[in-house]
Amino acid sequence: MDPECAQLLPALCAALTDPRQPVADDTCLEKLLDWFKTLTEAGSSLQLLQDSPCLVELLLQVPKAPGLSPRVLAFSLRLAGLLAAQEDCFQFLQQGELLPGLFGEAGPLGGAAWTAPTVRSGWIQGLRSLAQHPSALHFLADLGALDTVVSLQGDSSLFVASAAGQLLAHLLGLSLRGQAEGSPGPQVCDWPASAQRIVGHIEESLCSPAAPRVTQALNVLTTTFGHCHQLWAQVLWARLSPLAACLLEKDPVPAAHSLVDLLLSAARSPALSSDRSRWETVAQALGRLSPAHAGPLALGLLTLQDCPQALSAQAFTVLLQPLACVLKAATQAPGPPGLPAGPEGDPAVADALLSSRSACVGLLCQTLAHLELLQPLPQRPAPWPQAPLLGAAVTVLRFCNGSAVPASGSDVGGRLCAILAGCVRVQRAALGFLGALSADTGPPELVTQVFAVLLDYLQSPDSSPTVLKKAFQATLRWLLSARTPPGCCDLDPPTQLLLRELLPVLQRRLCSPCWEVRDSGLEFLTQVVGCWAGQAGFRHALLASEVPQLAQQLLQDPESYVRASAVTAVGQLSSRGLPATPAGPEHPGGPQKSLLPELLHVLAADSEGFPRRAAMQVFTQWLRDGHAEVAEDTERFVARVLQAASRDLDWEVRAQGLELARVFLEQTLGQPGSRCPYAVAAPEAAAPGRVAQALRAACRVQLVEFAFRALFDYDRPVAQKSCDLLLFLRDQAAPWDSLQEARGSPDVASVEAALRRWRAGEQGQPLGPLEPEAVLAVLRSMDLEGLRGALAESSDHVERNPQSLLQDMLATVGILGDNEADCY
Amino acid sequence: MMALPYITEHTGFTGTVYATEPTVQIGRLLMEELVNFTERVPKAQSASLWKNKDTQRLLPSPLKDAVEVSTWRRCYTMQEVNSALSKIQLVGYSQKIELFGAVQVTPLSSGYALGSSNWIIQSHYEKVSYVSGSSLLTTHPQPMDQASLKNSDVLVLTGLTQIPTANPDGMVGEFFSNLALTVRNGGNVLVPCYPSGVIYDLLECLYQYIDSAGLSSIPFYFISPVANSSLEFSQIFAEWLCHNKQTKVYLPEPPFPHAELIQTNKLKHYPSIHGDFSNDFRQPCVVFTGHPSLRFGDVVHFMELWGKSSLNTVIFTEPDFSYLEALAPYQPLAMKCIYCPIDTRLNFIQVSKLLKEVQPLHVVCPEQYTQPPPAQAHRMDLMIDCQPPPMSYRRAEVLALPFKRRYEKIEIMPELADSLVPMEMKPGVSLATVSAVLHTKDNKHALQPPPRPIQPTGGKKRKRVTDDIPDCKVLKPLLSGSIPVEQFVQTLEKHGFSDIKVEDTAKGHIVLLQEAETLIQIEEDSTHIICDNDEMLRVRLRDLVLKFLQKF
Repeated sequence: MDPECAQLLPALCAALTDPRQPVADDTCLEKLLDWFKTLTEAGSSLQLLQDSPCLVELLLQVPKAPGLSPRVLAFSLRLAGLLAAQEDCFQFLQQGELLPGLFGEAGPLGGAAWTAPTVRSGWIQGLRSLAQHPSALHFLADLGALDTVVSLQGDSSLFVASAAGQLLAHLLGLSLRGQAEGSPGPQVCDWPASAQRIVGHIEESLCSPAAPRVTQALNVLTTTFGHCHQLWAQVLWARLSPLAACLLEKDPVPAAHSLVDLLLSAARSPALSSDRSRWETVAQALGRLSPAHAGPLALGLLTLQDCPQALSAQAFTVLLQPLACVLKAATQAPGPPGLPAGPEGDPAVADALLSSRSACVGLLCQTLAHLELLQPLPQRPAPWPQAPLLGAAVTVLRFCNGSAVPASGSDVGGRLCAILAGCVRVQRAALGFLGALSADTGPPELVTQVFAVLLDYLQSPDSSPTVLKKAFQATLRWLLSARTPPGCCDLDPPTQLLLRELLPVLQRRLCSPCWEVRDSGLEFLTQVVGCWAGQAGFRHALLASEVPQLAQQLLQDPESYVRASAVTAVGQLSSRGLPATPAGPEHPGGPQKSLLPELLHVLAADSEGFPRRAAMQVFTQWLRDGHAEVAEDTERFVARVLQAASRDLDWEVRAQGLELARVFLEQTLGQPGSRCPYAVAAPEAAAPGRVAQALRAACRVQLVEFAFRALFDYDRPVAQKSCDLLLFLRDQAAPWDSLQEARGSPDVASVEAALRRWRAGEQGQPLGPLEPEAVLAVLRSMDLEGLRGALAESSDHVERNPQSLLQDMLATVGILGDNEADCY
Repeated sequence: MMALPYITEHTGFTGTVYATEPTVQIGRLLMEELVNFTERVPKAQSASLWKNKDTQRLLPSPLKDAVEVSTWRRCYTMQEVNSALSKIQLVGYSQKIELFGAVQVTPLSSGYALGSSNWIIQSHYEKVSYVSGSSLLTTHPQPMDQASLKNSDVLVLTGLTQIPTANPDGMVGEFFSNLALTVRNGGNVLVPCYPSGVIYDLLECLYQYIDSAGLSSIPFYFISPVANSSLEFSQIFAEWLCHNKQTKVYLPEPPFPHAELIQTNKLKHYPSIHGDFSNDFRQPCVVFTGHPSLRFGDVVHFMELWGKSSLNTVIFTEPDFSYLEALAPYQPLAMKCIYCPIDTRLNFIQVSKLLKEVQPLHVVCPEQYTQPPPAQAHRMDLMIDCQPPPMSYRRAEVLALPFKRRYEKIEIMPELADSLVPMEMKPGVSLATVSAVLHTKDNKHALQPPPRPIQPTGGKKRKRVTDDIPDCKVLKPLLSGSIPVEQFVQTLEKHGFSDIKVEDTAKGHIVLLQEAETLIQIEEDSTHIICDNDEMLRVRLRDLVLKFLQKF
């Protein structure tokens, strides 16, 4: 502990035990505990106590002080636990009978303070920290704490109840780990008394008719199997799994959610890896649980690496049931048969689907989300029923837009039709899943149906903006997965067909009165152009449409997000050689306008940050790609962009300006493209001649001034980026010794003086024309590494140290106060 | 409303018509436009031979299938419109109108259009709600009054949306997307519409969208003989507007933003295409005009003018007419046709929410609403789903509503009420007997004090027949309460009866006085004393029984 902190601590401890003092807020006490935790982790707690007797005094006083705030009480309990986690410190505290005073009957337990949940929580957390060694177990047994912990499992505060459950699991583990020689016996009756008591309590709870008690017991077991990797877990499982199985016999299964957690925890536990019986229980659960609970269990099993083949097949069947049910409810189901379940589907699943609208929507969304998660995993079931799943996703989407025809005589179909019509949640989930399915191919006729349903959604005026966004994303994924036919460099016919219909839809969407829709449309356009600009068919269709013109018109959109997306889209179109051409012959426009001035105008004049950021990104990309308009006069381009960026109020724009500056420097220094971050050799320094040239260019476009200004930017990321840029420049120029340095020249002095003024916050004055030699001299004279180190520290590093915390807390209670004098 | 002159002027109708003020004014405008459109193209002769059934059979398809052509009428004249409107009595929302004392009717805002109403028809103990074209969307009229529809015995549900699959919001979006797309390409947009209703909302959306869509330089024309009146009337019905628009009036600002569109010359209105319009006309533009059937009105001219270019678009927003049939005579047509029916009336999801909220005991609705539309037989969501299932009716069917009148409200005159002395039977329940004369007039009932018996005067003792007043017999007191058997037996014993036996029966008890050969049957609502020829004993026993009962 620092001497400064050690000096402040006694006053703070005294303030904490004084009920008249206003108590520091919870956050301060939490921070204080964090600090003590780092202290105890780093060194001896006993030493800490001996060095700071005020802490012992605090712990002694707290139980005795009447009317003390529950927060301070809870803090003291947790602190005591933290300190007593080390056995020698525990013994020390025990000598003073200090721990029973805090945790026993003499303490808050049973007193008026016990009514505060904070105190109960502090008591449990204190014991949780303390219970690290066998002596702690004896202490707890002497205290009779186990009964209290058990009763706190049903506490009205969820935090207390949950912490009590975890403590119980921890105590069970500790009492078995505490066995001196080897592993505990193969029977529970050979186990220590405390362990037996806990097991007994769990057994009792599992047999209880009260669902909350069952839930508590299951949660304790879940925690236990989640953390325990030892053999005794097998004994425990052998003993308790029949009781869990008994729960499955009940109708409805009580505490099903917790039971699923337990089964998954057991399934994942390495300690039970040799126990085959757990799979039987899990299989039984899959059969017995309601579809809403069986789904998460099935997904959990399918993500396991070592799940038996038969069980994962069963789990997959369970997971697929709701979709099978939907597929069967529709006639002309698009997919070939392939999903499991009998001709009628599982009646339980159908019941669950039809019981209520919310149950149906919940189950379908859950199933679709689970399958979407499972789809990309390497351990997903094989063979993966791609075709039926595609069919099911399409059918769900058709039920949602009312185009699915229910199977004749099927109540399920009619009801699903009524429930799902217009349901946005299911539409989003199904579109997400459909998009994920694009990673695999499907039979051509099904792909055609996928395209058709996606087009329906894109065209439908009823699609909500969020659904439309998902539909665009799914369409993009399917378009990108469309294979180019072998021996042909263009798109396959179904994709071309889709494209022909898609572009008019996109046109209409870009004119939508709803800005989210225009935005999603532009994002889609950007992405599709990014991937397909090389396809002749696509280029032709796009240029024949009005999409590029519309995108350009949206640069004037009133909504800033849309303008930003429009900037990105037209930037992309332009770099791919797909510029907006004037409309058809009936409406001849002027000659083709250059896009650069328009985007520069956005950068200089747009009132919102997003479009300006987007413009900067487009410019950086253009510079990287050697865009024609940039290549005409790169220096002029860079100078104009940097000039606009340097005045920008948005730090991201300025940071992006530095990125552009770096690209420019790399290009002029002859290091085009990004360096491989994994390259073994450091990038070579540039040739001296080039360096001089590059530096001159950088000075001409005022890049250096821009970077120097950014170095003193109030926004740390900008300053950091500028620091990195200048370091890069300095390192690149390292071999440039042959040139005469200008150290000491009047030029350098004036630059240094300007920089000093800038650092002091006077940014008004420009640097004026710079010479490369002077720049280099200034760069070499600056401690850029030191600056980088300082910038890497977070801005609140001063405020976060413990000394500052203690001072703050003392200031709150008015001890440090200079304001004492105010009283007189 | 549009058929009102046919009812009031041609059927011998003599009654009163109740309607809200905006309904009358806007209805007048709609009828005026219709009359104007038809009178613009007078016909020297009207062909009627084709209405002969034998001839009609031979005609081509749509004519051949037309039903009841013989009942088709010529359009009414402005005179008939005025005469019909003169029979209307204006009412306001929540105003209670007594009809012959039998029922009270009350109009409530239905949220669909300016002044549109749902009606409550109620007697003292029964309530029937009649829900016609209503809307729960936030548009210009006052929102729908749902609360007053609660506790209905019967809710008659009509006037649901004609296009249940088209969501108005989506359609408005579609409308503007297509409008903007056409105009940006240099094309014109034609919107066949009525001069009132959805057009106010479309103009309002346009106001919000016009700048963002880059349409500020595009002229919008509204052409109708009543365009000016419609736009101006809408601004003066403040009390019939939604809350937002009402508050604007107090600022004061015009409630509808189309005033600003007109002021800034973005929206121009003309009575017809002749005159000023031909001077101002500039393309590309957007034209709102009628009639939405495309059979008459200025819209015909624009269809002819713009039909040949694929740059132009006609956008249908009124759901009343099939757009395919409307376009049939103009084929082949190069202009783009977009169908965006905007029908803000209730859809089936809204109906099910409304019914959950209002909870009527019974729902009565047209047969069509109880099954999915024939073209989409699988759409089980497109029908009314409620418990108990709705009662359906067909055209011209007479229905017996599922309730019986069981109670009538009767007024007690103050002087009679004064004379009553209620007695509290148990806490909160008091009773009094009433003798009175029941007067019934105009379906209202009143209890009046009975006339006083005429004091016999002089020596005349003979009653005159004319003075025949109801005999007021001395009334026996009414009894109430129950007889506790054990205490009764004790009382009997106290009064000297012995050898008493009590038997329990299904309905009560029998007390047997064996010595006196007497039987007392005590049941819940009657007590009988059966003894042979001993009146003294009977009276004694009766008095003992009466001690346990309350009298009044």
